[in-house]
Amino acid sequence: MASVALSEAEKVYIVHGVQEDLRVDGRGCEDYRSIEVETDVVSNTSGSARVKLGHTDILVGVKAEMGTPKLEKPNEGYLEFFVDCSANATPEFEGRGGDDLGTEIANTLYRIFNNKSSVDLKSLCISPREHCWILYVDVLLLECGGNLFDAISIAVKAALFNTRIPKVRVLEDEEGSKDIELFDDPYDCIRLCVENVPCIVTLCKIGYRHVVDATLQEEACSLASLLVSVTSTGVVTCMRKVGKGSLDPESIFEMMETGKRVGKVLHTSLQSVLHKEESLGPKRQKVGFLG
Amino acid sequence: MAGLDLLSDQGYRVDGRRAGELRKIQARMGVFAQADGSAYIEQGNTKALAVVYGPHEIRGSRARALPDRALVNCQYSSATFSTGERKRRPHGDRKSCEMGLQLRQTFEAAILTQLHPRSQIDIYVQVLQADGGTYAACVNAATLAVLDAGIPMRDFVCACSAGFVDGTALADLSHVEEAAGGPQLALALLPASGQIALLEMDARLHEDHLERVLEAAARAARDVHTLLDHVVRQHVCEASLLLGD
Repeated sequence: MASVALSEAEKVYIVHGVQEDLRVDGRGCEDYRSIEVETDVVSNTSGSARVKLGHTDILVGVKAEMGTPKLEKPNEGYLEFFVDCSANATPEFEGRGGDDLGTEIANTLYRIFNNKSSVDLKSLCISPREHCWILYVDVLLLECGGNLFDAISIAVKAALFNTRIPKVRVLEDEEGSKDIELFDDPYDCIRLCVENVPCIVTLCKIGYRHVVDATLQEEACSLASLLVSVTSTGVVTCMRKVGKGSLDPESIFEMMETGKRVGKVLHTSLQSVLHKEESLGPKRQKVGFLG
Repeated sequence: MAGLDLLSDQGYRVDGRRAGELRKIQARMGVFAQADGSAYIEQGNTKALAVVYGPHEIRGSRARALPDRALVNCQYSSATFSTGERKRRPHGDRKSCEMGLQLRQTFEAAILTQLHPRSQIDIYVQVLQADGGTYAACVNAATLAVLDAGIPMRDFVCACSAGFVDGTALADLSHVEEAAGGPQLALALLPASGQIALLEMDARLHEDHLERVLEAAARAARDVHTLLDHVVRQHVCEASLLLGD
């Protein structure tokens, strides 16, 4: 990951600031940086979103393709995650350099979606055991400025909100052979319910306190952090400790409480932004990377 | 009528353009703060990002350092969701490697590499949406990114593709026109001197027609230059306003 070199004095300055609930950029310990979200930025995907969180820049594209359901879940579709740490973010990711980080993030995404309530996978089934929709969620990391996991989960949620899957019906003739037919109206599509899609809140332990949405400089001062994925109702779906340091059990519970509290607020504001953008309809001026 | 006509009797193409007309080009420099130079370009529905790091010390083995000039290192990758059908890998496949090599040749011809001996310049391009003319979009984006990084170049490098249908040369092919399978030509031009930095043609084309196709591509590349020049000037104006000069 893109790393910054900090001197001892700079680290002390950051740690002392965090103890006083005043961070280098003027935020408190539980404040996010301003987040920019835009959906429908890549027109040849089923759904896409771009999220900019400080210097962290994420583009997510969702493509719906038809496939066969998994054997153990014959009447459900499924999601596939892929994270590409492109060399755009840092030259270290050139060639296969970003693969490790990409796999780590993709595995975390699989884990937070590994429960029945996140996405209604049954709605992705076309005909049991034969056809289902596979949603390929491809994350493209364009620039990293700290707090990758949170930004990626927000972008994934926004992209899933934006996803439109064409409606199909199964026709069966006398001999029992099945045919799949697309509805005539291209605007007639399935939307996913993203109400219960979780977002990750990363809590970085700095000194004796923990902060949300750490910048690269703050991440350099922190030894360990806790990823908590929370839904809009405050239900925790996954938790992971990352980083090379260790955490004591009491602080883990403390961090989880903060995660839930911050996560709920994050979900509310994200939902309102997404619905506001949706209400503008096709007349919305697309900004993309030009603004 | 079987399929679509690429060129109607009235001389219009599938998307309503004239034969020598470009798609709408929109571009922006300085998209990212952390890279030394970056740019984004939209040519119709083809969208590309380019990022430049350097000149900096050689990364990895010192043996690669060139004693008399800078090493230009290019990587082309195309997002897995960029094409109509999902791609498995963003880079590392044969096409991406070839594109990387072509970009490298193009920019070695344009960057004044002898000014930075024993150093390295990284150019990374990323196609976000592919709708024909990806090579051209990548070169144009990379030119803006190199300019944004302040690396001295001989000239802009402006690229454009051209094809040949029914005795007419078409400039800036879209995906539909590329997929039709006619002859295609990719050209990278240094517009001030009229020198060609890269020329590549696939499929067969009668020698007599080559000059016309080449001329169409070169004219389109000069049009691209006018647009890119405008983008650069505007960017510099905005930057100098911010500096308060």
